[in-house]
Amino acid sequence: MNIQNSTSHKANKGIKAWLMAFLAPVPLIGWLLGIFGAVLVEYFLGDLISYYFGLPKIPVLFGFLTVLKKPLLIPGTMGYMAVVYWLPVIIITKILQKPANKIAGFLDRKPITVAALVHLGLLYGALHLWADLSDYRLLVLKLAMIAIMLTLSINVINGYMGEFSCSHPGFMALGAYTASTITLLFFVNDKQFGNALLPEALGPYFFPLALIAGGVAAALGALVIAIPSFRTRGDYLAIISLAFLFIVKSGIENLEFVGGPRGMSSQPHYSTLPVVFSVMVLCIWIINNFVRSTMGKALNAVRDNELAAEAMTVNTRKTKIITFMFGAFWAGVAGGLFAHVLRYVNPGSFGIQRLAEILAMVYFGGLNSVIGSIVGAVSINVLSESLRPLEIYKWIIIPLLLIVVMLVRPTGLISFTEFKPKELMKPRQKIGEEA
Amino acid sequence: MALLQVDNMTHYFGGLRAVHKYNLILEPGHIVGLIGPNGAGKTTIFNLISGIHTPTEGNIELAGKNLIGHHPHEIAALGLGRTFQNLLLWRHMTVLEHVKMACYSQLEYGIWGAFFGSRRCHNEEKRITAKAMHLLETFDMARFSSQLAVSLPYGAQRRVEMARAMATNPKVLFLDEPTAGMTPDELNRMISIIRKIHQEFNVAIFLIEHRLKFVMELCERIQTLVFGEVIAEGTPAEIKNNPQVIEAYLGKEDIH
Repeated sequence: MNIQNSTSHKANKGIKAWLMAFLAPVPLIGWLLGIFGAVLVEYFLGDLISYYFGLPKIPVLFGFLTVLKKPLLIPGTMGYMAVVYWLPVIIITKILQKPANKIAGFLDRKPITVAALVHLGLLYGALHLWADLSDYRLLVLKLAMIAIMLTLSINVINGYMGEFSCSHPGFMALGAYTASTITLLFFVNDKQFGNALLPEALGPYFFPLALIAGGVAAALGALVIAIPSFRTRGDYLAIISLAFLFIVKSGIENLEFVGGPRGMSSQPHYSTLPVVFSVMVLCIWIINNFVRSTMGKALNAVRDNELAAEAMTVNTRKTKIITFMFGAFWAGVAGGLFAHVLRYVNPGSFGIQRLAEILAMVYFGGLNSVIGSIVGAVSINVLSESLRPLEIYKWIIIPLLLIVVMLVRPTGLISFTEFKPKELMKPRQKIGEEA
Repeated sequence: MALLQVDNMTHYFGGLRAVHKYNLILEPGHIVGLIGPNGAGKTTIFNLISGIHTPTEGNIELAGKNLIGHHPHEIAALGLGRTFQNLLLWRHMTVLEHVKMACYSQLEYGIWGAFFGSRRCHNEEKRITAKAMHLLETFDMARFSSQLAVSLPYGAQRRVEMARAMATNPKVLFLDEPTAGMTPDELNRMISIIRKIHQEFNVAIFLIEHRLKFVMELCERIQTLVFGEVIAEGTPAEIKNNPQVIEAYLGKEDIH
């Protein structure tokens, strides 16, 4: 029994080691090139390949939807996935391994902004082509990016500072309604607000300002929680934040000015993929800068021991105010984007259900970690979209998954790590040295 | 003029009189010890001076500045560093991060610099990292810099706490039972460390201690506190032979 165990362990280790040796020398840019290649294959040959595998059309979300609807298509879908995604990614990354390492080495010596822009450009290109094939993909992608912003911003409060805030949908609602009001008021001929006050063509340029206004509205709302947080912690603050969520929601429901429970619709189509992508990148960049600086580490000090933080010159009140306002600001911006993606908001979409979703994403992905937030937001979002054909069972599977993750890793999948873009983009293999 | 001066400080917790008419004069570069049985109010005095509690009556001045009504972080930034009796370290932070965090009030880049990763922010971070590493070397802790502080052995954790307190650029250092739970070996090491920082950084030190060997060896002056009142003050030799102290403290307690 024992021997068998150890041998299987060894074999397992052998495969793992082989896989690591095979994949480790590929730098990030190599992976991005591979993904870009795979997306190109799908873009030009997707219809043909799906026809040969007997699929009615290109599988939209990695085949999950197709398989769950028609289990008979499993072999065809798996074949499609292998031919369109896995093979091109592996082949291209392996072929381009050496030049990719050279590029990574070259970029490593450049300022980090240049390297980051190259990587982001490649990533954006791949996402753009991928989303170009279906409107559904585009919607899922945008919502996933907004979810990343929400998860990251709640992680600042719940993870980095360790306060359990339940008011995130409230902040989001404040942002969504403020931004929508501005765009509807100024740039749309609308039955609620009358004729547009400014020429419609100016709208997209003023959209960032509308988003910032939404963020600021949310940040001001956050003061309602930040000030009690000087004296209260833990469960009591959670209750206060929950109360704030209800106040915002029922407040909006009773404001006829913004449509009451019916909500607001016909927001202009400003949340295009490039806009959402750039705002998300900005959000990740700023939050990551903040949490890696000593000023941001003060959040951890306040969480782990407030008394010691005070004694070590940390202004804990200022830290708490900044954290709540900062987190709420990004939730508000995300809310503004969200309203312009769906082009419809109503108070019902900012209730307890949304709160549960956001909390699930942040605790699934991992506290105190930027990468964890990204992973959590994307996986929960994609999962909940791709399990859609299961209807009601979806809400059994996802919570069960959450429970399993909490049992195995109580602080989430990837928690308490630092996101270091420079390390991530480094070449993985010395030039002139074979793996 | 005294560096730290406390006049007639009295404090009540509800109806309980914790500290009564307490006076202290700490000159620059001196080491003063505070001894007394458990529950005498020693830590309360520390907390009152460092701003965690506000005294009911009395006056506290540090280098000519009145400390009453200031927040603890302001008092710390004015030059009062302290350690805690029961090691208040941050659970998820490395040793280096601990020491850097104590430089918080010296950061000049502001919140926007932190958001946008300004050049000034990078330079400042580099500066305090160098400072923190230097401090850690002084405490012989540099090799642990990237480890989580709570994963270190007890004696090392004490040194992290002291390095952290020194990073606030204190004029006065408060040590709350720096040798609690230490072996005799570690105790001797702690004595030499305190001597070293006393000389190297020229700080005045005010310490609470139970072990008389430690207090007698280090302090120039000792106060004995019983039920919130100072019953005796003087040089170690005077305290040792003071009949009141022997009766109230040494006579009852088991001496190491």
